[in-house]
Amino acid sequence: MELTGAQIVVRTLLDLKVRHVFGYPGGSVLHIYDAMFKHPELNHILCRHEQGAVHAADGYARVSGEVGVALVTSGPGATNAVTGLATANMDSIPLVCISGQVPVDLIGNDAFQEADTVGITRSCTKHNFLVRRVTDLARVLREAFHIARTGRPGPVVVDLPKDVTAALCDYEDCGSEVRIRSYNPTVIGNARQVKKAVSMILEAQRPMIYTGGGVILSNAAAELTRMTRLIGAPITNTLMGLGGFPASDPLFVGMLGMHGTYEANMAVSNCDLLLAIGARFDDRVTGKISQFAPNAKIIHVDIDPTSISKNVKVHLPIVGDVKNVLGQMIALLEVPGARDQQPDLKPWWRQIDVWREKLCLRYHQGKDWIEPQFVIEKLRDLTQANAIVSTDVGQHQMWAAQFYPFDRPRRWLTSGGLGTMGYGLPAAMGASVALPGETVILITGDGSFQMNSQELATCCQFRLPVKIAILNNSYLGMVRQWQQIFYEGRYSQSHMATGAPDFVKLAEAYGAVGLRATRPDEVEPTIRQALATDQTVVMDFRVAEESNVYPMVPAGKALNEMILL
Amino acid sequence: MRHVISVLVENEAGVLSRVAGLFAARGFNIESLTVAPVGDEGTSRITLVSIGDKEIIEQIIKQLNKLIPVIHVVDLTEGAHVERELMLVKVAAEREVRAEVLRIADIFRSRVLDATPNSFMIEVTGDSNKLDACLELLKPLGVIELVRTGQVALSRGNRGMIKNQ
Ligand SMILES: Cc1cc2nc3c(=O)[nH]c(=O)nc-3n(C[C@H](O)[C@H](O)[C@H](O)COP(=O)(O)OP(=O)(O)OC[C@H]3O[C@@H](n4cnc5c(N)ncnc54)[C@H](O)[C@@H]3O)c2cc1C
Ligand SMILES: Cc1ncc(C[n+]2csc(CCOP(=O)(O)OP(=O)(O)O)c2C)c(N)n1
Repeated sequence: MELTGAQIVVRTLLDLKVRHVFGYPGGSVLHIYDAMFKHPELNHILCRHEQGAVHAADGYARVSGEVGVALVTSGPGATNAVTGLATANMDSIPLVCISGQVPVDLIGNDAFQEADTVGITRSCTKHNFLVRRVTDLARVLREAFHIARTGRPGPVVVDLPKDVTAALCDYEDCGSEVRIRSYNPTVIGNARQVKKAVSMILEAQRPMIYTGGGVILSNAAAELTRMTRLIGAPITNTLMGLGGFPASDPLFVGMLGMHGTYEANMAVSNCDLLLAIGARFDDRVTGKISQFAPNAKIIHVDIDPTSISKNVKVHLPIVGDVKNVLGQMIALLEVPGARDQQPDLKPWWRQIDVWREKLCLRYHQGKDWIEPQFVIEKLRDLTQANAIVSTDVGQHQMWAAQFYPFDRPRRWLTSGGLGTMGYGLPAAMGASVALPGETVILITGDGSFQMNSQELATCCQFRLPVKIAILNNSYLGMVRQWQQIFYEGRYSQSHMATGAPDFVKLAEAYGAVGLRATRPDEVEPTIRQALATDQTVVMDFRVAEESNVYPMVPAGKALNEMILL
Repeated sequence: MRHVISVLVENEAGVLSRVAGLFAARGFNIESLTVAPVGDEGTSRITLVSIGDKEIIEQIIKQLNKLIPVIHVVDLTEGAHVERELMLVKVAAEREVRAEVLRIADIFRSRVLDATPNSFMIEVTGDSNKLDACLELLKPLGVIELVRTGQVALSRGNRGMIKNQ
C-alpha cells in the first residue's frame, strides 16, 4: 500500500495502538494534521502550549504505563517542547515526541522556523532521530517507541522534515517487534548476585528497604509488597517511588530525604543493610554523601548500570528489571526454611517506633486561617485517599507527598528530577485523558499554576474535570522558606501578591468553576462542591502565608541532622 | 590514570556529537579522540583517551554503553594492547641543520614526505611517548607546524573486540 509520510505516521501510531496524541499544529506538521483529520479514532488533544502538550503526554504515560505521544511543529514548537522533554528525561518517563522540521534541502540554511531540534534535544532525551528518507520512517517510529518504553524508559524525539511527510512510500504493518543490535538492556538479574543479596538480607539485624521510581516504571509494586512483607523490614520510598508500596502498611515509614520523615531518615542512617531498588541516590535523598547510610552494606537493583555506584559506592550491584529481580528474590525467600535463620527484627522495630513517636509531620490547625497541610488532609479524606494526584513544584508538592498517602502505583504525578513548575496542570490533563472515570486532583501553588494556566482552556474544551487546589500563600513559598532560613528573611522577589489574578474569575473566564476558601471551616464544603460537579474546578485556598515544610535536611547536611518543627 | 577506550559504534549521522556531547555535558576529560569507519558492517571505531580515577572511568564506560548507537566499549588499558599515533611535522631546515633533521628522522624511523630548500616534512609513527621524544629533539631546530592523529589502539592476542568477530 502506497502512503505519504504523513499517512505513515498516522498508520504507524494506530498500528502501535496509540489512541491519544497531545499536540499543537504549525506549518511543518500540516501534512500530518491533514492525515489525522481523516482518522478520528486517533484522538488529538489540542493543548495551548507545546510544553503543556509534552507534560500532558508525560502525565498520560505515568498513569497508563504506556508511551505518551506529543506532536509539535518545527522551530518554536520544538523549543517550547524542550522543558517537557527534559522533565520526562529526568524522571525516566516513556514518551515519543514527533516534531516537524523544515524540508531536508533547507536544513542548515536558517530556514523559516528552523531549529536544530536533534542538537537541542540530544542531552535531554533518551534518544532522538532525524528522518531524512520516507523509506526509514515506519522503522524509525517503531524504534522510537521501543527505545522509549524498554530498559530505563525515557523520551524520544523523531524530527520529521516536511517534505518527508509528503513523500510516497510503500507501507505494511510489520508489528511492534524491533531489534536494534546496539541496544539490549539487561533485564534478568545475575543469579549469583541475587542469591548473595538474599543471604545478605537474611543476615541483617537492621535491614532497610529504599525504593524509587524504578518500581513504578517496572510495574513491580505487587512484587515489592510481597517481598517486603516476607522480609519484614521497614521500607521507605523516594518522592518518585510513592505508591510502589502501600502507604497504609505498618512497614512503611514514609518518604526519605530532604523533606522525608524523621523515622525514614533515621532508619537509613542507622541500618546495617540498605536494599535500594529502582532508585538513583539523588542528592535530595542522600544529603551529605559521606554520611549516607554509613554503617550499611548497600545492595542496589537497577536496570541502568550508570545509576549504580554513581553517587554512592554500593557493595552488591544487580543490573536488571526490578520486576524480574524481585521475582527471583521472592522465589529464594519462599524456599521452605529459607528464613529460619533470619535475626529477630523486633529490637530494630522498637527503635523505629521511638523515632516515629516524634510525630515529625505534626502541624496545628487553628480556627482563623487555613494551614496548607489541612487542605491536603481534607482532600485525602474526601477522596478516600483514592484520587490521582498531580502537583507542581514547591512547598505544596512536599506537603502533598507527606500528607496524601498512596496505596497504589501510578496515582501520583510530580516532577521530581527537574522540578518543573508548570508541570502539574497539563500532567493532570494527561491523567484525566488516560482514566476518564477517575478523580484527578492537581495540588498546586499560586506561582506554579501561573506557569501553565492557559491549559484551563484545554480542560474546558475536552471536558477534563480536573479538580485544581491552589494552596495560595501569595509567595513563591519554597523560595521564601529558603530565604527565611538561609538568607535571614530577605524575601527577594518571592512575594507574588501584587498582580496575582483573581483565580476564581480566571477559572470562570475559561468556563470552569471557580471556588474560594479563606477560613478553615470553608475548606471541606469547597472540596465537596468541587468533587460533586463534573466540570473543571479551580479552588483558591487562601492559606497561611508563611508556613514552612518540615522536617527538613538543610542542603549539604546529613540525613540525621534534620530540622524538626 | 590514563585510559585508552575503544568504542564500536553504528556509522550514522550524529554519533560523534553524541559521544563528544556526553563528555562535555558530564565534564569528563578527553585527551584525544579518533574516529573512522571500519569494515563493511556500517560500523565506525572510536578510540579515545581519557584521564580519570577508577570511578570516573567506570562511569564513562557505562555512559558510553548507554548511548543507543554504541555497540561495544572496551577499556584497552585493562589488558595488553598496542597504541599507535601518527604525526606530521614541518621543520625549518637550512644548510647544516638539514643533516641533523634527517638524522633525527632516522633515529625515529620516520619518513620524509616533502622537502624544500629550507624545510622538511616528516612523518613519525609510534606511541605517544615516542612522538613526544621526537618532537623534543626537533623543536630547537625550528618546528613550523605539526599535526597529530591522536591514539589508535588494539588489544594484543588473537581475539577481537566482540567475541564473534
Ligand atoms: C522541591 C523538591 C524537593 C524534593 N525533595 C525530595 C525528598 O525530600 N525526597 C525524595 O525522595 N525526593 C525529593 N525530590 C525528588 C528528587 O529530586 C528526585 O527526583 C528523586 O529523589 C529521584 O527518585 P528516584 O531515586 O526514585 O529516581 P527516579 O528518577 O525515579 O529514577 C528511577 C531509577 O530506577 C531505575 N529504573 C527505571 N526503570 C527500571 C526498571 N524497569 N527496573 C529497574 N530499575 C529501573 C532508573 O535507572 C533510575 O535509576 C525533590 C524534588 C523537588 C523538586
Ligand atoms: C520553571 C521553574 N522555575 C523556577 C523554579 C524554582 N522554584 C522552585 S519552588 C519555587 C516556588 C514555587 O512557588 P509556588 O508554586 O507558589 O508553590 P509554593 O512553594 O508556594 O507551594 C520556585 C520558584 C522551578 N522549580 N521551576
